[in-house]
Amino acid sequence: MANPAGYWREIPQRYRLEAGKCKSCSEMYFPPRLVCARCGSRQFETVKLQDKGQILTFTIIRVGPSQFMDETPFAVGIIELDGGVRITAQIVDCDFEKLAIGQRVRLEFRRIQKQGEAGILCYGHKCVPI
Amino acid sequence: MRDVAILGIGLNEKWGELWDKSLRDIFVEAALHALDDAAVDHIDSMYVGCMTGGMFVAQEHLGCLMADYLGVNPVAATRVESACSSGGAAFRQGFIEVASGVSDLVMVGGVEKMTDVSGDEATHALSAASDMEYEAYQGITFPGLYALMARAHMHQYGTTREQLAHVAVKNHRHGAMNPVAQYPFEVTLEEVLGSVLVADPLHILDCSPITDGAAAAVLCPLEMARKIAKKPVVRVSASAQASGTLALHSRKDLAWLESTVRAAEQAYKMAGKGPKDLHVAEVHDCFTIAEIMVLEALGLVERGKGGQAAESGMTALGGRIPVNTSGGLKSKGHPVGATGVAQIVEIAIQLRGEAGARQVKGARVGLTQNMGGTGGSSVVHILEAC
Repeated sequence: MANPAGYWREIPQRYRLEAGKCKSCSEMYFPPRLVCARCGSRQFETVKLQDKGQILTFTIIRVGPSQFMDETPFAVGIIELDGGVRITAQIVDCDFEKLAIGQRVRLEFRRIQKQGEAGILCYGHKCVPI
Repeated sequence: MRDVAILGIGLNEKWGELWDKSLRDIFVEAALHALDDAAVDHIDSMYVGCMTGGMFVAQEHLGCLMADYLGVNPVAATRVESACSSGGAAFRQGFIEVASGVSDLVMVGGVEKMTDVSGDEATHALSAASDMEYEAYQGITFPGLYALMARAHMHQYGTTREQLAHVAVKNHRHGAMNPVAQYPFEVTLEEVLGSVLVADPLHILDCSPITDGAAAAVLCPLEMARKIAKKPVVRVSASAQASGTLALHSRKDLAWLESTVRAAEQAYKMAGKGPKDLHVAEVHDCFTIAEIMVLEALGLVERGKGGQAAESGMTALGGRIPVNTSGGLKSKGHPVGATGVAQIVEIAIQLRGEAGARQVKGARVGLTQNMGGTGGSSVVHILEAC
């Protein structure tokens, strides 16, 4: 996805953590959707994700994709944010040996990668153990 | 709906890094073997399972390409894509076309040519089976995603690192008896555990390889097969498919393959069979943890007990239900679009009694389970000897 438009349209999620909350059943979606998979409603309100949560599972990527060559090895986990939404995110500024399921983390705005030949700088959130 | 049978099967001669053979070469090789095996001189329609010809060799429009090079124009030919379950999904389309009465002789092939690109590019192409915007964007790879599942399974059920390794050891032992396999040799528990870490807790020997390969099968109505078949007839008694969330993080239980559960439920109902009726199975062991979780989802073991299956010998040749007698994706290789069809080929070989050293004695009912992504798609087929 080495395309500025492709990056730009994800900015509400990447920068501001905007999720969609179903007005009918309160199910949360990140990224937002057009129809609720639980109740079928098409009415959503925009809400912001909580910026703290806990690690549900994690791994250390030892063979990383080329855009991540400089930071390999790095930790990635599935984080359940307070409020229930789950995301995949890097876990940084941590000692790999001390990572554990259940550990509390906080989201921080960071550079994620450089995309394509134009080298678009792509930002988003990574988590840091609390 | 008409009953459907497998009339012919074929693989290209050898799976692996086939630098001297093109995408079209390996597909046509497998398809010709299937046509010869079926002993028919024409087909009415064709499906080609392939995950991403575009990213691996910059070639799309594979239905047309393969029909052209197989010399079967002007029959209808369509490429089917469902990530690593493209082959299984293609087979299901062929099944539906024969069952519906639209066509009598349908060729289903699967193919992937993965070694024309670097390992890095292959990793990138495969990651397109995950959520590119919300998983791969963060740097996670496919081994990484399955590592997340492995750690969740170990945490929930106490599955051990050694139990994961036993899956690789068992599948390589089977694959050593399969001349088509990419890596037809045995590995020890120590070798698996001592191999380089790719994504903790998964080592390189927990992972299926990058493979060039193709597989094909010819389907026809059961009634027709009974009249013209030269080989023992294998009936397709169930064809089922189910979808789950694309992103692993959206699943309520990270150590449970709901799409496989749903596909298996449909398949067992359609065939009038249950897990206890199966004699042999080919399942999607793209990573060792995957086989463990699939066994649970298929109901072959209790939830959380999948780790014990390979360790106890239950799923080895000679065990209660041999799984991945072909060597599985782990040893035979995993040309992603071909895998689902190759699983069908192996079960058909078993049910015909043609498996030689790796034959499951008295095998009459077999199952295949083919999975896309982290389990976002699952395809299950049940085959029976007639």
